[in-house]
Amino acid sequence: MESASSRPGPAIDAVAVKVLISGGFGVGKTTLVGAVSEIVPLRTEELITELSEGVDDVSGIEDKSTTTVAMDFGRITISPELVLYLFGTPGQDRFWFMWDELARGALGAIVLVDTRRLDACFAAIDYFERRELPFVIGVNCFDGSQLYDVDEIRAALDVDPVIPVVLCDARQRESIKEILIKLMEHVMATARLAESVPAQQARSSAIT
Amino acid sequence: MAGRDEVWFDDAAGPLVRPYALTRGRTKDNRHGLDLVTLVVSVQPEVHQRRVEPEYADVLWVCERPLSVAEVAAKIDLPLCVVKVLLADLIDRNYVIYRTGWQPMRNAPDLNTMQKVLDGIRKL
Repeated sequence: MESASSRPGPAIDAVAVKVLISGGFGVGKTTLVGAVSEIVPLRTEELITELSEGVDDVSGIEDKSTTTVAMDFGRITISPELVLYLFGTPGQDRFWFMWDELARGALGAIVLVDTRRLDACFAAIDYFERRELPFVIGVNCFDGSQLYDVDEIRAALDVDPVIPVVLCDARQRESIKEILIKLMEHVMATARLAESVPAQQARSSAIT
Repeated sequence: MAGRDEVWFDDAAGPLVRPYALTRGRTKDNRHGLDLVTLVVSVQPEVHQRRVEPEYADVLWVCERPLSVAEVAAKIDLPLCVVKVLLADLIDRNYVIYRTGWQPMRNAPDLNTMQKVLDGIRKL
């Protein structure tokens, strides 16, 4: 196990940041993480006990049941001072409380889409839009089974025109690098816009 | 507090019972505000491992080098909520130190950090 992680890890005073990888069950989130991670993707689990009762439909079930929600994640040590984690969100969209912990402080998200099951990603898109977390759409092209072009997919998903939609192959490192670059560019553009909005408002109110 | 050497369980109790007993049900305790990506590292695990219960010793060895809370949980195969409590106890005893890059609650990594991430990905 240690030989696989022979790369020097982060220093204790490193800044750790995270990006979320989201999308429907079986769309290739863990494959994507594995394509760029320096470690074999790890799985961490959280237990849901009474917290789930208000969220899940367990009416009529009196026993407090415990559910395990699993997240796969990987790591890219950019430098000893900066480490990036890629977290796959739980496949079951109903575990919103876990999404909240994942999204807190996240830079942004990649929503991975399978055009054969487009509706599987709607919950993730809704969630990130509501949280105002910048995201890009990655259309995972399984074995070249690409039936639609980017414009058609964008229209079907009905996302904001500024949201990048990128064709990708979750197995290919270069492809995932490219989508991560697109994501970071989008994240920075969003942050710059947010910074400039108060200035613009101040200016326009000064004019009137 | 129960005596340190008191053994009241056996293997049949299952893998989760003991960690839960150790945390005494404190699964929502997050007194240090540990996040999934908070980096933690143990201090002199070879010295402190003898002073703690085996589960705590496992944590000390796993984070001999800086690791995120999520990695610690994955490597010792315990749920996050349990690992956060074990880590918090070790932090209280100064056997583990930690640092967060920024306050996740503020939800705003700065542009400079974002640029470094972008540059780092381009160089992969």
